[in-house]
Amino acid sequence: MNTQSDNTPQSAVVSASASSSAAQPFYWSVRRELWENRSIYVAPLIVAAVVLFGSLVGSFHLPNRRRLAMLLDPAQRRAAIELPYDIAAMIIILTAFVVGVFYCLDALYGERRERSILFWKSLPVSDLTTVLSKVTVPLVILPLTIFVIIIGTQFSMMLISSAALMPSGLAATTWSNFNLFSQSLILLYSLIVIALWHAPIYGWALLVSGWARRATFLWAVLPPLAIAVLEKIAFDTTRFLSLLKYRLFGAGDAAFAFHPQHGVAIDSLIQLTPGRYLATPGLWIGLIFAAVFVALAVRQRRYQGPL
Amino acid sequence: MITIEARGLRKAFGTTIALDGIDLCVEEGRILGLVGPNGAGKTTALNAILGLTSYQGDLKVLERDPWTQRDELMQDVSFIADVAVLPRWIRVTQLLDYVAGVHPRFDRTKAEGFLAKTTIKRASKVRELSKGMIAQLHLALVMAIDARLLVLDEPTLGLDILYRKQFYDSLLNDYFDRSRTIVVTTHQVEEVQDVLTDLMFINRGRIVLQCSMEEFDSRYVEVMVNPEHVTAARALKPIHERPVFGRSVLLFDHVDRDQLAVLGEVRRPSIADLFVAVMSNNTAAPPPLPHQITAQEVTK
Repeated sequence: MNTQSDNTPQSAVVSASASSSAAQPFYWSVRRELWENRSIYVAPLIVAAVVLFGSLVGSFHLPNRRRLAMLLDPAQRRAAIELPYDIAAMIIILTAFVVGVFYCLDALYGERRERSILFWKSLPVSDLTTVLSKVTVPLVILPLTIFVIIIGTQFSMMLISSAALMPSGLAATTWSNFNLFSQSLILLYSLIVIALWHAPIYGWALLVSGWARRATFLWAVLPPLAIAVLEKIAFDTTRFLSLLKYRLFGAGDAAFAFHPQHGVAIDSLIQLTPGRYLATPGLWIGLIFAAVFVALAVRQRRYQGPL
Repeated sequence: MITIEARGLRKAFGTTIALDGIDLCVEEGRILGLVGPNGAGKTTALNAILGLTSYQGDLKVLERDPWTQRDELMQDVSFIADVAVLPRWIRVTQLLDYVAGVHPRFDRTKAEGFLAKTTIKRASKVRELSKGMIAQLHLALVMAIDARLLVLDEPTLGLDILYRKQFYDSLLNDYFDRSRTIVVTTHQVEEVQDVLTDLMFINRGRIVLQCSMEEFDSRYVEVMVNPEHVTAARALKPIHERPVFGRSVLLFDHVDRDQLAVLGEVRRPSIADLFVAVMSNNTAAPPPLPHQITAQEVTK
């Protein structure tokens, strides 16, 4: 009787530790990446601070601009009021892209350069877990981080604009034309769309960082450019170049239905086209490339020692 | 219980053969010293054992294939591959958190205990620590892991004598017991002579000598021969002869001690002396320097 009642909690503990034994190394490996690469959140925060400072300075002219905007038709007014918020979001997204690419270019190179790969490999963490924890940074951690930062920035901008417009009684026009809740849904969707679309770029950067002995940036960038130049000289075509452009900027056309007259402004959830995005072959081809690059990076890490 | 078993272990980098068919068997509870000149294949052998490099031939470490099962193997194996491989950006607390997070056999309290004996501050980054402190930190981590095999590749290179002494002292007193196995490579052989239970010389990818330390003590005798007995001593076929302060020191293998005692002063050879003897007898070894400066010439 006694042994039975002793057994139950013990076996529960054993099974719990068994199920966490696979997740634990992954969790700690991701945390490790954040300890090492503080630019993941510091760089977007600095950009956000600059944006806020800019909007603080710009708020002196805001009442005049808002009065002019109120003369436009509702759709154009909305677009005009939204514009600074969209620009703020785009600058931070661009920052995250640059941080993500440079993070990947160093992720498997830095540990070889400083020889710490010999320490990491002395621990029971597989190459798969290590590489996956590194892919998680640009695909999950960075989008989530900048989601919070962008929402925070936009909310602060709304407060600044409300304060600036209060004397002229126009404060409410910001809140009625910019809906932070639906904008945050649009933002979340956009970040997922962009992350998946750019996955092969991050995968490529990671692969190069695990293989190059120096100058990872040049190894990542020059070969694709060389192919594009070669194609131009040999066949006088620019197919590869347009392929690269499509990979960098092609997500928007698939994932959103833009207003023909309002440019890139997205102000309604109706404009999101996830079905069309998921049906785009470019997305899936990109993800297949990303998976291949990551698989090669995992394999490569097995063979690589310090430089 | 066999910890490491290798048969016909081979590894070539292009045309350079790093390991040329090594047979190796290390039993549980041994402390094996792997000694060899630079480029002899020591590190390659250790890397194969640790699953850091691919190889040809059979190799089993704790009944696992290191190349395909490295991550599982590392639950039972610890290694210090070099001095200063700890990431320089990490903080001591982060390092403890991380190892505690990923290693099921890491005892954090134990590691904290070892660190408490040092002057290492918890909030320091590794880059702020001295080389000796980094070695202490790494050793504290490794000793807190309940591993069955510990591999040390030049763990004290570049450390001052105090740290080196302390390193092996704590390893023997606070870590080693008969259920663990340690494999160590070092150039500072005199420091490990009394630590080892087994000795192995490796040169050009091959094992050139393999013996236990008991065997070492019973087989090899060094005699500082009195000048009048030199010819008689040479007749007993010493494996090596070197002049020391105008007298000849001869190293004998498998020669009766009583027979040697009459020729001069008998003593225990050092691993370094045996190493020099074995390497210079190894015909493939590089030729001796054209002009060796000896103590005799210095005193002239």
